[in-house]
Amino acid sequence: MKKRVFVTLKPGVLDPQGRAVHHALDGLGFDGVEDVRIGRLVELELADGVSDEKVAEMCEKLLANTVIENYRIEDAG
Amino acid sequence: MNTAVVTFPGSNCDRDMMVAIAEVFGKQPTQVWHRDTALPDRVDFIALPGGFSYGDYLRSGAMAANSPIMREVKAAAARGVPVLGVCNGFQVLAEAGLLPGALMRNAGQRFVCRDAQLKVENTQTLFTAGYEAGETITIPVAHHDGNYFADEATLDALEGDGRVVFRYAHATNGSRRDIAGIVNESGTVLGMMPHPERAIEAAHGGTDGRRLFESLARSLAEAA
Repeated sequence: MKKRVFVTLKPGVLDPQGRAVHHALDGLGFDGVEDVRIGRLVELELADGVSDEKVAEMCEKLLANTVIENYRIEDAG
Repeated sequence: MNTAVVTFPGSNCDRDMMVAIAEVFGKQPTQVWHRDTALPDRVDFIALPGGFSYGDYLRSGAMAANSPIMREVKAAAARGVPVLGVCNGFQVLAEAGLLPGALMRNAGQRFVCRDAQLKVENTQTLFTAGYEAGETITIPVAHHDGNYFADEATLDALEGDGRVVFRYAHATNGSRRDIAGIVNESGTVLGMMPHPERAIEAAHGGTDGRRLFESLARSLAEAA
């Protein structure tokens, strides 16, 4: 069983990396980019029966820092 | 006085920290490894040094915050044993929940490595009693992830309780309210990005960091 965890910065938290990439895209001539936010994707290969609650606990304890980050858990087959 | 310096894989300021403590306390600290499950008996002070523990994997300090020795550090901190986290040590303390907030990538994206002027905002702590109120001191900074973040309510609470101990005199890394160092509620856990252990003797280019260790040694001797 595979799960994907997307860790993203909370709205309102400044993302210096995203801002730098935004500038770079502007510099390459890509128009219409209004904002860039960079996050992290964690792929978990799990034994059957590991619940989403358990994965959420992993996020709370380690995968995300909930002071600055949100997380979203997705099934990935 | 029994002191301990925790070394994580990737710590690189642990030896400087040990030299600073040995010089000021007059006794060699015990070097504790991240996998150890015990601190020295009757430990009086614990320091978490700077560096890049676990290669800053996941987030700076995140892996170290969950290492075996940190259970003991948390337990000691709960008993009131003073803990100092410098640079990566501050990141570890924040990740471990011993201090509020988080240390993010510097707003300018660059690694900042230079002397920083710091305002000593609270001289009523174990760590800062030897400084003058309102004094500006010079301590080196060297970090990529020193941009202190906490929500407004947390920042207001920190300010209201005098828990912002050091503030950059000049914008350095994008830190909210130019915060360079904070203490926990009981004032016994200090996290700071600047490196006081790198300003111990004249040959370092300044000695403003020495008084932090002297303050602590004196505070502990008085309490004993």
